[in-house]
Order: sequence, then structure tokens, then C-alpha cells
Amino acid sequence: MSDVSVHYGAFRAVRDVALAIPPNSVTAFIGPSGCGKSTILRCFDRMNDLIPGARVSGRVLLDGEDINAPAVQAVELRRRVGLVFQRPNPFPMSIFENVVYGPRRHGVSDRRELDAIAERSLRRAALWDEVKDDLRRKSGLALSGGQQQRLCIARTIAVDPEVILMDEPASALDPIATLRIEELIAELRAEYTIVIVTHNMQQASRVSDRTAFFTMGQDRAGYLVELDDTVKIFTNPREQLTEDYISGRFG
Amino acid sequence: MSRVLVADRLATATLWGIAIAVVAVLLGIIAHFVLAAAGAGALSPSFLFGNPSDTEIGGIGPILFNSVYVLVLTLLITIPLGIAGGIYMAEYAREGRLTALIRFSQELISSVPSIVVGMFGLALFVSATRIGYTALGGSLALVVFNLPLLARLAEQAIRAVPADERHGSLALGTSRWQTIRHVVLPLAIPGIVTGIILTAGRIFGEAAALIFTSGLATPARYDFSNLDLLDARSPWSPLHPATTLSVYIWKLNSEGLGQFVRQIADGSAAVLVLMVLVFNVSARGLGRLLQRRISGA
Repeated sequence: MSDVSVHYGAFRAVRDVALAIPPNSVTAFIGPSGCGKSTILRCFDRMNDLIPGARVSGRVLLDGEDINAPAVQAVELRRRVGLVFQRPNPFPMSIFENVVYGPRRHGVSDRRELDAIAERSLRRAALWDEVKDDLRRKSGLALSGGQQQRLCIARTIAVDPEVILMDEPASALDPIATLRIEELIAELRAEYTIVIVTHNMQQASRVSDRTAFFTMGQDRAGYLVELDDTVKIFTNPREQLTEDYISGRFG
Repeated sequence: MSRVLVADRLATATLWGIAIAVVAVLLGIIAHFVLAAAGAGALSPSFLFGNPSDTEIGGIGPILFNSVYVLVLTLLITIPLGIAGGIYMAEYAREGRLTALIRFSQELISSVPSIVVGMFGLALFVSATRIGYTALGGSLALVVFNLPLLARLAEQAIRAVPADERHGSLALGTSRWQTIRHVVLPLAIPGIVTGIILTAGRIFGEAAALIFTSGLATPARYDFSNLDLLDARSPWSPLHPATTLSVYIWKLNSEGLGQFVRQIADGSAAVLVLMVLVFNVSARGLGRLLQRRISGA
């Protein structure tokens, strides 16, 4: 990602962000509220396209290909780059239908194949044992908050993306549910490239390999302060701003 | 007692008074007609389903049939168009001059007096087409001023679906239409159903728009075995003249002759009021039921 700026109408929300996300790693985005972490995250799957008045400039490359190029369909891109939301948002349908929602829409209709996808995805999201008995009877909305979020992760895994974006995936959950999500992230790292926005610094230090620290300038536009190995950011950051933030002096 | 407290009590008492008055008027209307109808012996199956008569109370069977027929026909046209319009306005239309114009028209048409819509229907569906008074003409007149309302209600129900659910689907790489079809509409259904039933109540009770369009002819009896849909004598044909319950009440009260006019009118009014009440109550019940169904709680 290079020279990425995001405008909402005349307001510049994010300016000149350049960063690289290595594959099969977990990168955490931290920073004070309103610094544009979530906005940057949504540049990776072009979810900003959905916001009226939002404009993204600069280049975002996925495997060397510019995802904002006219030839790239946002719909296609989002199959390769999944997104897990802050508030668990299962669909108003059974657990099974929630998981196979993506594959079904993309044309998979074979029953055995869908069954296999559902089981595999739910197992990977560490939810299978809790829901396998009433997969088809129980609505996704009838699960607990933490289960709902794991269901949303399963739903994302089911379309087999390369990258999984997570926008504060545990901020609406209790500590135990949060812990399970964090364990899950650690397991998923082997197969996926994960970018996670979090306002919880302990979480960033627990789950991520690399950490990017963003903050807001005088013009209220968010920018990247630094991106480095998580250990380095939390023990010996290059920038004073980062040091101040992680030691709790502001933000 | 402090002045603030007195003012608070006064306001509370006033609001309670108004609320009680509203409920009392409603109950009064229902009680008046139901009691009058019961007194006249008009709340019986023979009244509901029997044929009209000049020499005895008879029944309102054909008229009740017409009311239901016109209602169903109107809804058949209004529901798909209304939902389609709501989807367009909520999901596809870009806010601009066009949507402002559509919204302005929606409000305007909904507030045009229905007697004017009836005259418009007379000119367009009855005179210009030369097919005369028909159930279809009446239904189309009703569509004219109920479609904008239903489209608006559907739009509001669709807009009320949280962005997170919508984006959750889009983030999985599905198209906009797939998202609307599989996530947004199911979540909007309770609101849309409520809108449909409220619209149905309006349609069922409408008189003015139908006087000049579906007509005043009161058939003595219907031959339900006649299934020729193009035969104006068949009750199943959209081309048959169709006096509905509200129009019938108006007719009885303005030009009705015969011994039992008063009783028949009271009985019909009771049926009408109760039916509209049922529509409104079921709108709330069904809306809530669907809500619970969908959330799976």
C-alpha cells in the first residue's frame, strides 16, 4: 500500500499511508480513536466504496495487482479479502446457512460439498463442537456474542480468502470470548494473512507479529507513525509518539 | 407542592384525558355498530353470506365477496410494485432531483382526496376504456393512491436494516442484488408485512374512490360456477361491476329503499369496522411474530 489517502467529501480522513503486509502473518493496527485505522483496513477490500462521498487515492497492491484498477471487480476482490466486523453480524438464518452463505452465492449447490465446507469452516473457527447438533435448526442470531463472532469468522473462512481483515473483532465481547478469538487468530495465522484493528494494546502485543501505530495530525487526518515488529514497537519504538502512546501518556 | 410538580401533574392528567377520550371514541364506534347490528339480528352467518333481499334483512354475501375480491386484486398489483419501488428508493436510487420528485409525488398522491382519485378513475378506467364499472377499474383507482404509501413503507422497512448486516454480506463478495434478496429483504419483511396489512385496512374501508369506478350495481345473487374471466356476469371476472361494503353502506344511507335499510347498513358497518380492526391487530401481531421467527430467539 503506498500513498493511500482517503477523503470523505472535502474532509481528508487519512493521508499518505504506505505500508506492506507480509503474507501469513498477523499485523495489528493500533492508535487513538478516530485516527483512521478502520478506514485504512477497509481500503484492502474496497469497503470504502460503499460509503457515499468516500474517495480513496493511492495504490493498494494485492499479490502485485492494483486492487483499485478498473479491471478489478470489488465483488471478486472481496472473495479474496474477507472482513470480520466489530459487532457480530450473523444473518437471520440458521447456523449452517450462515456459513455456506458465501459459497452458495458463488454457485456451490452440491449438498455434500456444502456440508463439508460448513464443517471445515466451523471446525477452523473453533465453533463446531458447540453447534454441530443443531446446525440447521438454530438461528445464527440465537448464539451468544462470542459464538456469533466465531460464526462470522467461519462464514469468512468458508469463501476461502487469502487475507482476513478484522475490525476490532473482540471489542463487543467479554474477556473469555475475547481470549477464544485471540487463540483462534493464532491458529489461523498459518493459513491466512491477517490484519486486525484493535484499541486494546495488550491484545495487539499478544496476537500480532507486526504492529502499525497510527495517529491523527493537526488537520485531524490520520497517518501512519510507524510499522515494525510487534516486540520492537512495544519495547523500543523508533518514534517518540509511539512511545508516548504505548506507555499510556496519550490516547 | 412546587409549581413544577403541579405543572407536571397537570400535563400528565391532560394527556391521560386525551388518551382516554380517543379510546372511548373508538370503543364507542365499535360498540354502537356491533350493538345495533346484533339488535337487528345482522351478526349471523345468513347475513354475512346470504343474498340481499328487499322484503327481509337478507344478507351481504355478494357485497362482502366484492370487498375481498377488490382487496385481493388491489394487493396483487400493489404488493410487488410497492416492494420493487421501495427497494429502488432505498437501495438503488441516488439522492437527487429525481428522488426528491418521486418523494414529493408520493406524498402528494397519498394526500389527494380519494373522491378525486375516483373521478380520475372514472375518466381513465371507466370512460376512456369504455369497459364501464368494473372491479378492475376500482382496484386500479385504489392502486393509484395506495401504491405510493406502500412503496414508502417498504422503503422505510428496508432502510431500517442495519448497515452491518448489509456490509456483512457484501464483504463476502456477493453482489448487491444477492445481498438485498438474501439478507436485506428477510430482515425487512416484518416491517413490509405490517405496511401491507395497514394498507389492506385502508383499501377495505375505502368508499369514495370506488363509487365511480367499481360502481353501485348490487347483484341479487352471484353465479359462482361461472368461471369465464372475461364475462362481466361472472363474480370471478375482474370485469364484473363490484359494489364493495363501504360503497354499499353509502348507497343504503343515501338512496336505499325498503324496510330494513337501517338494519342492513348497521350490520354492514359493524362488519366493516370489525374487519378493519382485525387487519390492524393482525398487522401488529404478525409483524411481531415474523420478527421473532427471523431473530430465532
